[in-house]
Amino acid sequence: MIPAQFDYVRAGSVDEAVAALAEHGDDAKVLAGGQSLIPLLRLRLSYPEVIVDVGRVDEMRGVRDDGGDIVIGAMTTHYDVLHDPLVREHAGLIVDATTTVADPAVRHRGTFGGALSHADPAGDLPAVAVALEAQMVIAGPGGRRTVAATDFFVDYLQTAVGPDEVLVEVRVPKHTGWGHHYEKFHRVAQSWAIVGVAAVVRRDNGSIGEARVGLTNMGATPVRAVAVEQALAGAAPDAAAAAAEHAADGTNAPNDLNGKADYREHLARVLTRRAVAAAAGGS
Amino acid sequence: MTGTVADATAGRPASVGTPMRRKEDARLVTGATNWTDNITLPGLQYMAILRSPMAHARITRIDVSPALTRPGVLAAFSANEIGDKLGSQPCVWPVTDDIKIPAYPALAKGEVRFVGECVAVVVASDRYAAADALEAIVVDYEPLPPVLDMTAAMVEGSDLVHTDLGTNTSYTWKLNGGDYEAAKAKADRVFTRHYVNQRLIPMAMEPRAVVAAPTGPDGELTLWTSTQIPHIVRVLLSLTAGIPEHKLRIIAPDVGGGFGSKLQFYREETIAAVVALEIGRPVKWVETRSENAQATHHGRDQLQEVEFAIKNDGTILGMRVDLVANMGAYMMIITPGIPLLGAWMYHSIYKMEAYDFTCTGVFTTTTPTDAYRGAGRPEATYAVERLMDDLAADLGMDPLELRKKNWITNTEFPYDTVSGMTYDSGNYEAATEKAVAMFDYDGLRAEQKQRRESGDPVQLGIGISTFTEMCGLAPSRILSALKYVAGGWEHATIRVLPTGKVEVVTGTSPHGQGHVTAWSQIAADQLGVDPQDISVIHGDTMTSPYGMDTYGSRSLAVGGMAVVAAAEKVVEKAKVIAAHMLEADPADLEFKDGVFGVRGTPGATKTIQEVAFEAFTSHDLPDGVEPTLQGVSTIDPQTFSFPHGTHLCAVEVDTETGMSTIRKYVCVDDIGKVINPMIVEGQVHGGIAQGIAQALYEEAVYDDDGNLVTGSLVDYLVPAAPDLPHLETDRTETPSTTNPLGVKGVGEAGTIASTPAVVNAIVDAVRQFGVDDIRMACTPERVWRAIQAGKSGGGGDGGDRAASGTVAYGGASTESTAGGESA
Repeated sequence: MIPAQFDYVRAGSVDEAVAALAEHGDDAKVLAGGQSLIPLLRLRLSYPEVIVDVGRVDEMRGVRDDGGDIVIGAMTTHYDVLHDPLVREHAGLIVDATTTVADPAVRHRGTFGGALSHADPAGDLPAVAVALEAQMVIAGPGGRRTVAATDFFVDYLQTAVGPDEVLVEVRVPKHTGWGHHYEKFHRVAQSWAIVGVAAVVRRDNGSIGEARVGLTNMGATPVRAVAVEQALAGAAPDAAAAAAEHAADGTNAPNDLNGKADYREHLARVLTRRAVAAAAGGS
Repeated sequence: MTGTVADATAGRPASVGTPMRRKEDARLVTGATNWTDNITLPGLQYMAILRSPMAHARITRIDVSPALTRPGVLAAFSANEIGDKLGSQPCVWPVTDDIKIPAYPALAKGEVRFVGECVAVVVASDRYAAADALEAIVVDYEPLPPVLDMTAAMVEGSDLVHTDLGTNTSYTWKLNGGDYEAAKAKADRVFTRHYVNQRLIPMAMEPRAVVAAPTGPDGELTLWTSTQIPHIVRVLLSLTAGIPEHKLRIIAPDVGGGFGSKLQFYREETIAAVVALEIGRPVKWVETRSENAQATHHGRDQLQEVEFAIKNDGTILGMRVDLVANMGAYMMIITPGIPLLGAWMYHSIYKMEAYDFTCTGVFTTTTPTDAYRGAGRPEATYAVERLMDDLAADLGMDPLELRKKNWITNTEFPYDTVSGMTYDSGNYEAATEKAVAMFDYDGLRAEQKQRRESGDPVQLGIGISTFTEMCGLAPSRILSALKYVAGGWEHATIRVLPTGKVEVVTGTSPHGQGHVTAWSQIAADQLGVDPQDISVIHGDTMTSPYGMDTYGSRSLAVGGMAVVAAAEKVVEKAKVIAAHMLEADPADLEFKDGVFGVRGTPGATKTIQEVAFEAFTSHDLPDGVEPTLQGVSTIDPQTFSFPHGTHLCAVEVDTETGMSTIRKYVCVDDIGKVINPMIVEGQVHGGIAQGIAQALYEEAVYDDDGNLVTGSLVDYLVPAAPDLPHLETDRTETPSTTNPLGVKGVGEAGTIASTPAVVNAIVDAVRQFGVDDIRMACTPERVWRAIQAGKSGGGGDGGDRAASGTVAYGGASTESTAGGESA
């Protein structure tokens, strides 16, 4: 629980952060809210030589309205996300999932972008980003680029963010009026999801116009449950049960203490049914 | 809140029985505490310990010298350098004449036998430098086969943990009462079950910590340690490391919980003491939570075969218990005795004519086990109460009715049990009746029936657990008969100071329980002084030189009695002085509310404070009376005390996911007279939380290579407040007849009763699907698998969990040590 030595750079702006990363490359690690990185440092599972702290970069904080999208700064804390009126109006699914992240102390320090960049497949927000078809804005030496959420998550704890880059903000298409629900299955309040299901549903004249479903912890990266979505498109609201039978299609669920793969596949089906039913039924 | 001990007192209201606010808490909640890690000393150095990454390996080379070149490093040692000075860690409970107890060096000599075993030590100027320098130490390990499965380990020819012992079986211990074979012959049949009482990891809020400081030129040493047993540590450290006892001072400062895990004399305590003397500087070692998981002793870990010989009407004629208990890799201070503390409790509150108990202790390449809250008694209660509910289901009887048919009725006390204990008192009917009423037993049974009939995906189960336990460890003669090498007495000194304030010195060593408050309340009533005028001195062998410390719900039942006895001696002496002051015969004096008065002579009074001042000035003491007013008492209990209770739990099981949620929890405990109901309430709540944790959440899991997969709080789930149900608690009060206060003990009650109540409820909810067992921890996956297996006609208890931890936190997937060589 005692980290190895590292140097520390406090960035005052995105440009300063990128410059520091350009200088140190693979040896550097970005510190956001620290709720994942600091435990890893203390357990000596991570040995960066330089920590680039973006905690004081104001331009990475806050939520703004930008036409068809809301834009969430990467350094916006979970607490601020939860209480943001734009998020509540246009991306209720993010609120559903963020409420379940750890405990209030963690939510006051942990950040939206930090959780996504950590890319823990058991984390709640990656599946949400995938379900909402979020666009990730990454700054690097060559300027900014945008990557779709499905391409952002590459592997266990790996994203498309390069060693000299930093996630600065996330563009979330407005899902105003869509039904939404995050169904998290975990054993104690503070623990990670064994399986989670993020669902948004657009209702259309009493039937399901369109549904988007993301799965937490069903593979090395968050999974979009495409077969479920296809089965739901244009279907009656009670189609959730039949559609959910496809929830584990194409997934590669892990075996660990919390569940073997076949149990997780079963959970994915049950929880998807519940999540879609809740999203289709409520707002 | 029921029950007060109001002997008292017209004038001053009795303090005993009132929920006085704990004197300790203002300090605790404002952070004005003195934990071992808060201690700073001039020249203090920090110690870090290199631990084995291998479950079992030969050390073919070890070189600490590269660590010496690292910044800030003052010293580094392996067994090669200081092994001779460390001695071998003691086991003080050799339970049989032919028990096998291996050498247990504080730093591994030539071989390591569990992941986390101490291999080398570095001393540096700060804890960061010390931790970094560990990485420079070179150790070559030649892998040896891990020994993990207890049943396999007992087979002749299996791989050995200790080659020199020639076997993995340490001992076989038996206890018999009556003739079990004869009971079996009379029985209609036997009813046998196998249960697994899984391994748990104690997680006190404050991990272990030690500061060792040389304090004089002749090898004097003061050791601050986060321990439950400073007095025992003093004796054992002296014997182990050869430090003369009179040169050793052990201090347990504020200690943040123990739960039995600090009822131990740890290798790190020996190492810190020897290293401090070696380098002539004070050293500090503070355990990380990861070290806590690997190297603080573990608890439980038994395979239980239990059997009733029964009549078809549910009458129990006899019981057979066959345990296999995991010792881990070494014997720590009372490792072999822990499962045997349950030996007298498997038959619990039930009458039977024969009892046959066998326990076999087995070595494995895992962290050693030892006391954990309840120590043997939760395991016993788990087995018998599971067996009761399973038998009731088998017989088609209501499980409460089956218990009533077999339990000791309240008119039968004192009752000599089949294993030879004498239960002095109890009223199982009263506690159960109260619990059933609070629980709405009939209403919940009706709801259960309705859910079953409607095929509700969420099924309801009701679990029952009664319990009794033996508190007040322990009569020294009984300990001797059990081959325990020490006694079970307790000591108190009470000093009434010149100004009338009072110091109570106790040999118990609180680590969260609230002894300062409770002992103040007891002494206040005995002496007729205000509890706020009393201070309680403890936890330092210099200021409290005699004691046997705190564990096994002994402090009140034994240490509290010493306080009472010491107070009686104070009053006895004060009475002689007061009589002299009043020019009366001591026989004519009465003492009430702190005032000595002469019978029949109103107004002729002296307060105990006035007497104390007289004893201080000594200007006019009666002939033969020594100055100062104090009472000293060391008492050895004559027998145990036997609290009991009935716990009822309703659990909702989501049959689609296997998730179990506690819907209602009711307990009625009978712990005799209560000193402070608020403290009792806290003990019951915490105890139940810990018992629920065993039922639902906590389980130490090793992978096939012997790595501890549940090595952090990410994978070893300790429930917090949001995870626990509302608890409806109440009490009945049947005073113990074996001590003057009528008290029994409460520290372990909740932990003992709650685990079987919860598991019984889960099994009850899903028994309809063909399930008759679910292994703890009852994870959703296990419950779901048991339902699947039951539905398809198979058996099983939910099976093993995948031995791999959470990816983001390393888990076992990044720590496999199979066949590896570590440098």
